[in-house]
Amino acid sequence: MQITVMEDILGKNDQMARELNQLFTSKGIFTLNLMGSPGAGKTMLLEKTLWQLKDKLRLAVIEGDLFTSKDADRIACCKVPVIQINTSGGCHLDAYMIKSVLPQLDLDELDLLIIENVGNLVCPAEFQLGEDRKVLVLSITEGEDKPLKYPLMFRQSSFIILNKIDLLPYTQFDMAAVKADIFGINPDARLAEASCRTAEGLQPWYDWIKEQVALKKQAIGS
Amino acid sequence: MHEFAIAQNILAICLEYAKEHHAQHIQRITLQFGQMTGVEPEALKGCFALLADRTMAAGAELHIVVVPLTARCQACERVVAIETPHFFCPVCNSPQLTLVSGREMRIEQLEVV
Repeated sequence: MQITVMEDILGKNDQMARELNQLFTSKGIFTLNLMGSPGAGKTMLLEKTLWQLKDKLRLAVIEGDLFTSKDADRIACCKVPVIQINTSGGCHLDAYMIKSVLPQLDLDELDLLIIENVGNLVCPAEFQLGEDRKVLVLSITEGEDKPLKYPLMFRQSSFIILNKIDLLPYTQFDMAAVKADIFGINPDARLAEASCRTAEGLQPWYDWIKEQVALKKQAIGS
Repeated sequence: MHEFAIAQNILAICLEYAKEHHAQHIQRITLQFGQMTGVEPEALKGCFALLADRTMAAGAELHIVVVPLTARCQACERVVAIETPHFFCPVCNSPQLTLVSGREMRIEQLEVV
């Protein structure tokens, strides 16, 4: 006997993500899903971003990590609420994990929620978390072939930070070629060439976040 | 290895449908995977076989149909095949494309007894 199913394999996660996004939207919270390889500089980007924005916006962070709380400890130093999710080896966060930690956050007192995903250029792309936008950090030391090797990640990300430009003199990274590849995959992507260590080049990123938070507030009329 | 999580979801959905239809055993599962999904078929089959052991889906064959990547061009309004990771209309070269297919991860049908 044949049974026709035609059901999305990740349909339940997608549904939970939609519910979370509706919840965040009803509270006027702009939510980011921050992705990138291990060592790309996601946590350092967060540290710089939190120091820059924490006096202007009410922020919180959800940290995804395989086993440790090392990243969450770094974020806690920024005096911003941070919640740790350990995936116990799991290569990505999913919407149910986000839902399970929300009781630890005061959603009525938030403008911006940043979710740092597990370091990985493949798996997180398939799992919606309820975010408004995806953000990708690619460090130039990872090599210029990454956009073409991992097009899904680059296609889905609204903002892409090309990190570690302070190391450019020591590599053969071809910035023009990478930008052409990225815009070929995602013509609408916003790009910043930056060093999260020195904070050089991060202003467009801060401005984009502030603009997106303001748009979100406008959308709910608060 | 998100194939493990994907295999868990496939198994849960298939068992649900099989029970609803009072099936004894799932023999074959047809899946649709878009060309632009990051799933490794052999890893998925391995994970599924492990998870399905001692369920009514034990030994079930996973048949994977790859759905090509296509998009509608907003400029010339054609539906075009995207051959490379470069998202330009092959006809008019416009970058303004809306994906039509290629992102599917779907269970199409089950064969049960």
